[in-house]
Formats: sequence, structure tokens, C-alpha cells
Amino acid sequence: MTIYAIIFYILAATIVLTTGLAITRRNLVHAVVYLVFSFFGTAMMFYLFGAPLLAVLEVIIYAGAIMILFLFIIMMVKAVPDEEKLFPMRQWVPVALMGLVYLVIGAVIISAAPGSQVTLTIALARPEAFSEYLFQRHWLAIEIISLLLLVALVGALYLGRKKDTS
Amino acid sequence: MKDAIEAVKALAIGFATTFKHLFRKPITEEYPEYKRPLPARSRARIILTRDPDGAERCVACYLCSAVCPVSCISMQSAEKEGGRRYAQWFRINFARCIYCGFCEEACPTSAIQLTPQFENCKNDILSFVYEKKDLLVDHQGKDKEYNFYKYAGVATDVGQKGEHIKEERPVNIKSNLP
Amino acid sequence: MPDWIFGFIILIVKLGVVLLALLLLAAYLVWVERKFLARLQIRYGPNRAGKFGLLQPIADTIKMLIKEDIVPAAADRFIFLLAPAVVATTALMMFAVVPFGSHLTLWGRQVPLVITDLNVGLLYIFALSSLGVYGVAMGGWASNSKYSLLGGIRGAAQMISYELALGLSLVPIIMLADSFSIVDIVNAQANYPFIIVQPFAFVIFMISAMAESKRIPFDMPEAENELGAGYHTEYSGIRFGLFFLGEYVHLQVLGALVAVLFLGGWRGPILPPPVWLLIKMILVALIMIWVRGTLPRLRYDQLMALGWKVLIPLSLINIMVTGAILLI
Repeated sequence: MTIYAIIFYILAATIVLTTGLAITRRNLVHAVVYLVFSFFGTAMMFYLFGAPLLAVLEVIIYAGAIMILFLFIIMMVKAVPDEEKLFPMRQWVPVALMGLVYLVIGAVIISAAPGSQVTLTIALARPEAFSEYLFQRHWLAIEIISLLLLVALVGALYLGRKKDTS
Repeated sequence: MKDAIEAVKALAIGFATTFKHLFRKPITEEYPEYKRPLPARSRARIILTRDPDGAERCVACYLCSAVCPVSCISMQSAEKEGGRRYAQWFRINFARCIYCGFCEEACPTSAIQLTPQFENCKNDILSFVYEKKDLLVDHQGKDKEYNFYKYAGVATDVGQKGEHIKEERPVNIKSNLP
Repeated sequence: MPDWIFGFIILIVKLGVVLLALLLLAAYLVWVERKFLARLQIRYGPNRAGKFGLLQPIADTIKMLIKEDIVPAAADRFIFLLAPAVVATTALMMFAVVPFGSHLTLWGRQVPLVITDLNVGLLYIFALSSLGVYGVAMGGWASNSKYSLLGGIRGAAQMISYELALGLSLVPIIMLADSFSIVDIVNAQANYPFIIVQPFAFVIFMISAMAESKRIPFDMPEAENELGAGYHTEYSGIRFGLFFLGEYVHLQVLGALVAVLFLGGWRGPILPPPVWLLIKMILVALIMIWVRGTLPRLRYDQLMALGWKVLIPLSLINIMVTGAILLI
């Protein structure tokens, strides 16, 4: 086990723990804070795998922008936490089933995949490599996504436009 | 475009103004080194003055005590042998005083007066209680001339009935003639 | 001595020196700001503690350290205690990628004068800057006071809005330098500083940087006369001190960023490189203080309109023009 592997397991445990805390908190702001920690852990994981660009983007976009918007909404509406049990039984059963399925599939994939026996070593991808991969191989998908975002933007503008007084 | 040029011009004027201020001498008056002379009628520490002859002006009439909105003035009146009234003791609690100047306005003898001495801060709150010996001064304050007993129609050792300034001889109440 | 031990010791020394310099500079930046602002307003500024008030920052620090640390009864304790630390830590960590010289040679080994040369250095600064928003938003929310909450919401909205303009204004710089690494960006300015070719980007960056560090005229989140002190109304003692420290370290980091991205970083004649960086940082700080002494606070809608309707389109046009010129 190399030092990178140890770091990996620490990070993985942190991510699982904080995500678990995030979905069990009654206080929404606490949940958001734990989720931010979780994203931060994920970013660290990306960095460990040698993708600093992805790590930084994860922090900027997910932890920085999206969660702040969540927080924004939660701060503006005063959510009263309901007193009933957090997860009733009829929700627990499907959750447990799905979790089990994921666990089994994940275990199978990890043990069967060719890269699964390789010990983790340090690697470093340049940001250029990432963008070349993205824009040379997947340019169509990116254009479609950006068109989708443009449509959403125009739609939001239309909805937010002042009503015609006439 | 015209608006943009206007805006830039306005900004430039503002920045130039503040920049010019950098080279001006600050207008600050640095307090402990320089004490601005305050007008004679500014209201701060209270004193009890004396008349031009050197006698106490206060006649212990209780008017200041009555008008004081925070009730910080108290005294005990007494009478001297010559018939003049005076305050046996006179006490102002400066921890309560709000320096409103009502006492000065109410005083018929110009005895109680406010002075421009404002530097009377202390750490011990009990030391703010000023007794008569702390309040009484050796001058006339703002009113240099006035001497109550020379004007008032009260018979004292300063003057008997009809002997005061601007006072006419007492009339005979039976005949209404002097 | 094996290489990694040497590297470790050097790293610790560099961290210590930079941290100390940042904290000391933050304290004295407060002094500089108060003095300079006072002169702009024809006052003297602090001049009682020591000669020219030079001991004022120390006196203020001691006061903050020994004041009572109050947590309001209705506050959300965990987040209330966490928020100031977030602001101060993110601000301090940003300096890790700013180079303050080229390199030293110690005992036959080259020591680069930067804590770490990340190849995504610029994005790293944006990431930390966007995390810094949490300190403001959570501090405002956790205080459980209407003023703090309003300040926190305003702060969050303002910072995520201006982060866009801040990021977009730097895209031409990245295009010119061909790298996210700040060391490379400084090296790309060996011949001329980027402010000559990118004056618009400089102006947009300066404005957004002032908005990002919540300084007058963009201090809506703190707006003393309507919100008390905004998100840190309820804070006292050293926790308020941490917010304060974060703000001034942020000012330094932004000053250093302007110096590094537009003014050629540590490059300059005669004087040693760290001194040049310091001079440029203080110059930027003085300009920001001058702006503070001149302009009144913007209204909230003006602030948002400036960010979204002026700065972002301008920076997009700037990117397009720069791209076109680079292609030709």
C-alpha cells in the first residue's frame, strides 16, 4: 500500500461519511455544508488521480456556485423541519435494495476490470490534455449542451421579462 | 456613448478632487494639544459665583433644584444674622447632571452658572458629587455687576426697606403716601 | 541530506515566511488604509499609538484577542464558529500560488520562490475565492439576525455575480500566456507587462476584484448605515478579527494578482523581486483606497446591473477581440 493509497482511503471514507451526514441532517443548511465537504473531498480525489483541472472545476462549479445557490434558496425560505421520522420504512426498503445492487455491481466491476490490480501511483494531466480530449473527440456533445444552456437562458429571460402593461 | 463620456468625466472630476485633498493640510484639531477656546456661554461644569462685594450670591431659593430635570441639585437653606439667606450645604451630583442649563435660567441671583470647562471626567463615580466648597468660586462668572441684595426689596444688612437701587420709599399703607 | 527532507524543510520555511509576511502586511495594510483614507478626507488618521500611529495595528490586534468571544444564544453554534475560519483560511491559502521571485540557489539546489507552482494556479485562486463566499453566507445565516442574514444573502449574490466577470476578464491573459500557471504568466511578461495590451481586462478585473473583496463602493454586504455591519454584525473579539483579517488578506491577494497578471509580477529593475511585488501590491491597494475615498456606495440594483450588463458583456467582447488578434 503506497502513501497515495492511504490518502485515497482516507478521502473515500471522508466522502462517504460527509455524504451520509448530508442526507441525514434535518437542518438544511447543515446538510449543504456537509455536501460541500463531500464535494471538496471529491475534488481532492480528482487531484490525487492527477486531474488538477477537474479538481478545481469541481470546487468552482459544484462547491462554489451550485451549492451557494442551494444555500441562497434555503436562506431565503425559512424551512421548518418536520418532526416525523426522517426515513419511513416504505422508503428504507427500496433505498436498501438499490444500495445493495450498486454494491454488488461495483464490486464485480472493480474485481473484473483490468486496471483493478494496479497500485495507485502519482500522475499529472496537463489542462491542455483535458481540453484537447474534450474538444477534439466530444465537440458535438459540447455544442449540443451549450445550445441547451442557451435555450434555458433565453427561457429564463422570457419568464423574467416584465409584463407588457398595454 | 455620450452618457459614457459624461460618466467618465464625472468620475475623473471626483478622483481629481480627492487627489487634491491629499496635499491639503488636515483640518483636524488635535484635542489634548490644542483646545479650541469655547464660547463663554457654552454649558459645562457648574459653579456658584459671588457678588462684586465678595459675598455668596446663592440665596438657597430652591428654584434650581426644582427646575432640574434630573434632580441633581440639593441644598439646605439657612439665614445669616443680617437677614441674608444662604445655603447651609449645596450639592450637585455631576454624574446625573445633563448640563441643560435650566438651573442657570431659573436662578434669580445669577449665583449658579455653567462654565465652558468640560474636562471633568473621572473614574470614581462617587467623586462626581460636588459639595459647596467645590462649587463656590471667587469671581462673578458671566454676570459681573449684579448684586441681588442691592436690588431686592428685602430688609437685610445691605439695605433697609426703600434703600435699594431703583426702589422707592415704602408707602404708608393707611394713607398710601410715602 | 535526502532531497525530500530538504524540500520539506524549505517548504515549511517558505510557508512560515509567507504566512508571517501576509499577517504582518494585513495588519499594516489596515494602518495604511486608515492613514491614506484620512489624508484623502483631510484628516490625520491614527497618530496616537507610537510615532505616526505605527503601533495602532498591534494595539488593535491585542484588543481583538482579549475581547470576549460572544456567540448569540439563537445562533447556530457550529456554523457560527466555522464561518470566520472559512473566510480567513481561504484568503490565506490563495497566496500559495503567487510567485514572489524567480528562484534562489541554496547549497547547490534551486529553490523556486513560490510555495507551489500549480498548473491550474489561476483556477485554484478562483476555487478558493468561491469557497470564501461560504464564510460570508454562513456567517450571515448562522448569526440568526435579520441584518446578518441580509448581509449574507447580499454578499453571496454579489460574490457569485462578480466572480463571473473576474474570471472572464482573465481569459485574455490566459490566452496570451498560454497557461493557467501564474509562474508562466509572469514569465510571459518578461518583455512588457500585460496592462499595456489588456487595459480593458485590467479595468474590469480591478472593478470585479473590488466587488469580490466587498470594498466600498461595493460594500453592500456590510453597508454600515443600513445593516449595522452586515454578515459580521453579531461577531465579536477574535472571530470578528478573523473576518477582518480575511478581508485584508483578500485585498493583498487581489493586489498581488493584479501585480502578477497585469504589472509583470516580481519583475523590475535594481530592487530584489519580492520588494517589487510588495511595491506593486501596495500600489494597487492604494488605488483601491483612493477609490474608496472617492466613490459612494452603489445601490443593490446598480451593483447587479454593473456586473451583469456592463462588465460581463465587455469582458466577452474583450475575449473575442483578443482571440481574433491572436489568430491573425
